[in-house]
Amino acid sequence: MTVTLFIPCFVDLFYPQVGISMVRILERLGHKVVCPSSPACCGQPAFNTGYWDESRKIAMKVIESLKDAEVVVIASGSCGAMLKVFYPELFAGTKYEQMARELAPKCHEFSAFLVNKLGVTDLGATFPHKVTFHDGCHGLRELNNKRPPRELLAKVRGLELIEMDAAETCCGFGGTFSAKFPAISTAMGDVKCASALDTKAEFIVSCDSSCLMQIQGLADRQKKPIKTIHLAEVLVQS
Amino acid sequence: MSAPATHFKEDARRVSADLRHRGIIQTAMGKYEVVRDQRQRSFQDWQGARQLAAATKWQAVNHLDKHLEQFAQQIESRGTKVHWASTAAQARDIILGILREKNAKVVVKSKAMTSEEIHLNDAMEQAGYEVVESDLGEFIVQLREEPPYHLVFPAMHLTRGEIKDVFERKLHDAPSDEPEVLTMVARRVLRQKYLQADVGITGANFAIAETGMVSITENEGNARLTAALPRTMITLVGIEKVLPRLEDLALFLPMLAVMGTGQPITCYNTMYGGPRQPGEADGPEEYHVVLLDNQRTTLLADAEQRDALHCIRCGACLNVCPIFRNVGGYTYGTVYGGPIGSVITPHLRGLQDWKHLSYASSLCGACTETCPVKIDLHHHLLQNRRNASRSKPIWWQKIAFKLFAPVANSPALWSLTTKLGRIGQVFHGLIKGGVLDPAEAWTKTRELPPVAKQSFREWWKERK
Amino acid sequence: MTERENIFNRIHEALTVKAQAHGETSLPTTADHRRVLPPVGATVDEQFALFARNAVELRAIFKLVKDSNQLTAELRALRDAENWKRVAAHKGQLVSALAGSLGLPLLLTDGGYDKQELEQCDVGISECDALVAQTATVVVTSRTTGGRALSVLPPHHVVIARREQLVPDLSAAFALIKSKHGANYPSMISFITGPSRTGDIERILVLGAHGPKKLTIFCV
Repeated sequence: MTVTLFIPCFVDLFYPQVGISMVRILERLGHKVVCPSSPACCGQPAFNTGYWDESRKIAMKVIESLKDAEVVVIASGSCGAMLKVFYPELFAGTKYEQMARELAPKCHEFSAFLVNKLGVTDLGATFPHKVTFHDGCHGLRELNNKRPPRELLAKVRGLELIEMDAAETCCGFGGTFSAKFPAISTAMGDVKCASALDTKAEFIVSCDSSCLMQIQGLADRQKKPIKTIHLAEVLVQS
Repeated sequence: MSAPATHFKEDARRVSADLRHRGIIQTAMGKYEVVRDQRQRSFQDWQGARQLAAATKWQAVNHLDKHLEQFAQQIESRGTKVHWASTAAQARDIILGILREKNAKVVVKSKAMTSEEIHLNDAMEQAGYEVVESDLGEFIVQLREEPPYHLVFPAMHLTRGEIKDVFERKLHDAPSDEPEVLTMVARRVLRQKYLQADVGITGANFAIAETGMVSITENEGNARLTAALPRTMITLVGIEKVLPRLEDLALFLPMLAVMGTGQPITCYNTMYGGPRQPGEADGPEEYHVVLLDNQRTTLLADAEQRDALHCIRCGACLNVCPIFRNVGGYTYGTVYGGPIGSVITPHLRGLQDWKHLSYASSLCGACTETCPVKIDLHHHLLQNRRNASRSKPIWWQKIAFKLFAPVANSPALWSLTTKLGRIGQVFHGLIKGGVLDPAEAWTKTRELPPVAKQSFREWWKERK
Repeated sequence: MTERENIFNRIHEALTVKAQAHGETSLPTTADHRRVLPPVGATVDEQFALFARNAVELRAIFKLVKDSNQLTAELRALRDAENWKRVAAHKGQLVSALAGSLGLPLLLTDGGYDKQELEQCDVGISECDALVAQTATVVVTSRTTGGRALSVLPPHHVVIARREQLVPDLSAAFALIKSKHGANYPSMISFITGPSRTGDIERILVLGAHGPKKLTIFCV
C-alpha cells in the first residue's frame, strides 16, 4: 500500500535517522512511502499551551494534506496521539470536526502500524545488546501501545529486553512543560534514568524521540553510561 | 506570574531536588501500588466497575437538585438540622454559631478536607475553642502546626523520628519511635478528648439521598468515637458528595478503599441519619449537617468539566502523579493538590491566579487512567489552559505561536529555519547554560541534541 | 432568599446546559454490581469459608461454635486469658445472659450509661445485624446492638452472631437493612471490618489506633 509518513518537527531537525529508518523498513516490506512536504508540525505545542486557535492553523493544514492518504504512519507516539485523539477535540464544533474524525482511524504510530495493521513482527533485524524500554505516555495511554513495541523487540536477534520498574512513568518531557517547569521535569527525568540504569541495560529504546531527547540530554549532562535509541533505528539494523 | 504561581515554582524547585523527600514518597507509593494492584485484580471486572461508578456519579451530579432535595428531606425527618452554606465564610459562621449556642469548650474532629478548605480550625481556635484532630495523621500534623500533606495520608512525608520529636516536644510523651508505641500514645491522649468534648465535627465521604444518611469511611475508629460521645455532632459535607441510593455504597465503599489505601474495604464504614433516636442508648442529642457549596455550583455550570465533581477524594490520582511524587503535597499551596486539585483549584479559587497548577503537568494521563470514577482529568488540564489563554493571553507566547504556524506550514520557510537553526546552534555553544541563553530552562540541566547536518526533509528532497 | 434557595437556583441554572456522557450512564443494578465486584461463592459453606479467610487477613478472630455451651466456654476462656475486670454489653437475646454468666461487673448500655464507666470496661460484647461474607464485615446499629459506643470504645469488641445472619455481600447487607429498618432507620449503622488500624506512620500497620485493638466474632 501507499504509506503516508508524517515526520514531526523534532524528528525532522534532530533525529532524521529515525524517519530514514522508517522509510527503509516500510520500503523493504514492499510499500510505497510518501512524505508530505508540509506542515512540519502537528500543532501540539500551541495546543498544549492553550492557544487552540494558533494550533488549528497548523492542524488544519495537516488534516488537508492527509485527507486523501490511504494510511498515515506517524513517527512518534505523542504526535500520533495529537492526530488520532486530540484533533477531534481541537476541532469540536468546527467545520473540520468531521474531517478530523475521519482522519483518526487512518493514523497509526509506527510500531502499532507494523504489528496491528501489517501483522508483521519479525523484520530480520539484529541488535545484540541489552536494552530496556521506555513507554512514552501518549503512546501508552492515548494509543494503548504497550505490546507492539515489545513484540517487535522480541524478534530482534541477539537483543535482550529487561523491563525497568518505572517503564510507564513519565520521563518529564511533556513538551513545553520541560521548559516551563524545568526543575520538576529534571527530577522526573532523573527518576527515569535511575530506573533504566538499574536494569544495567546499554540502551533505552522508545517509540518517542522527544522522550529520548529528554533522557539523553540528562544522561549526557550527568555523564551517565546509557544510550538512547528509537525503536525504528533498532529494527533497521541487520 | 501570580503570587501562588511564584511560590509554587520556588517550592517545586526546592522539593523536587530533595532526594530524601523523593525516597520517602517513592517508598510509600511503591507499597501502595502493590496492594492496590492486588485488590484491582480481585475484582471480576475492574474496568467495568469504573464505568458503573462513573455512571452512578453522572446521575448523582447531573440530577444534583433532585438528590439534594431528597437527602435533606430524609435526614431532616429524623430530627437533623440541615444548614446551607453558599460560601466558606457562611459555613464557618454556621458552625461557630452552633458552638456558641452549645457553650462548647472542647471540639473533637475527625478528618474533613472540607474543613481545611474553609479554614475552620483556625476560626475555631481564634474564637477560643480547643480543637483536637483525632485522625492520627491529622493529629500529628496539627501538633507540627502544618496542614495535611495528602488527601488520605496527612503525615506521609514524616519519618517516625520526626513524629517522635513532635510528640516529645508537644506531649512530653514519646518512649520510642516505634509506630506501635507512638500510636498508643496518641490513642491514650485522644481517648480523654473524646470523653471531654462537647462537640464532634466530622466530614463525610458520601451523602445518600434515598435514605438521608451521610456515610463516613475510616480505619481508625476516630470518626465513630467523634460521632458517639459528644452531645452535639456536626457534619460538614460538600454538596457534590451525593449518591442516589444506599445500594450505591456496595460499589463505592470497596472502590474507595481499593484506590485510597489498597484495602478491600476500610475498617469502619458508618452511615449516620440523625441524632440519638428514641430508644437508643447513646449518641448526640443534636445533629447538624452543613451542606457546602463554595464554588461547586460554579464548577457544575461548566458542563465540559462538570465530571470533576464526581471526585470521591480517594487520592489515587495524587499517588500516580509523577509531579505530585516529586514536588510533594505542600508545594501546591492549597488544600486540594495533585491532578484533581490542579483541575478544580482554578475554578474554586480563580483561574488566572491558579492556572499554573494546570500548566504544571506533562499530561502523562496516569491520573485519568487510574481515576475510579473516570474523570477526564488531564483533558480538563488542557481545557483550563485553553480557558486561561483565551481570557488573558500571554502576548509573547501568542505571537510566538502565531509566527510559528506559517513557518511550519511553508516548506520554504521551514527549510530556511532549519538552516538558520544550524547556524544559530554554533553561536548557542558560546552562551549555553548561562543567563543569556534563551534555552536556559533546558540547558541548565540537560544537553541539547545538535540540529542534524541533513534534516529528514532535506534527505527526502535529495532522494527524489 | 435563603441560602438553600440560592444554592438550588444556581444548581438549576447550571444544569440547563447538558454535560456530555461518556459511555453508559444509567444507574447500575445490584446485578451489575455483583458482576464486577470480587466473587463471593454460591453456597453458604463457601461464603463462611470466604468470611473466615478474610477475617484471618484482617487479624480478626472468627470462630464457629456448636452451641451456647461452647460459646460460654469460649467467652470464659477469653475472660481468663485477657484478665477482664469489667464487661460491657447490651440487652439482647444471646448477649446479656452470656455476659452476665462471666461473673464480672457488667455495664448494660441500653437506656443510657456513664461514658467514663464504659471507658473502663475491658470488653464490649454485642450482637450484630449481619455478617458479610464478601469482606468479613460485621453490621451493627445504634438501635439493635447497644448504641454507638459499645462496639468501638472498649479495647476488645466481641460479637455474638447466629449462622443465619450471614449474607453473601454488601448489596445483600443493604437490602437486609432496608427491609428490617426501612420504616424507621436507626441513627447509626456501622459496617465493621476488622480491628481498628492505621498506617499513618510510615505506612506501617498498627492495630487499635482508636477503636478496638481486637475483634472476636463468635458464630453459633
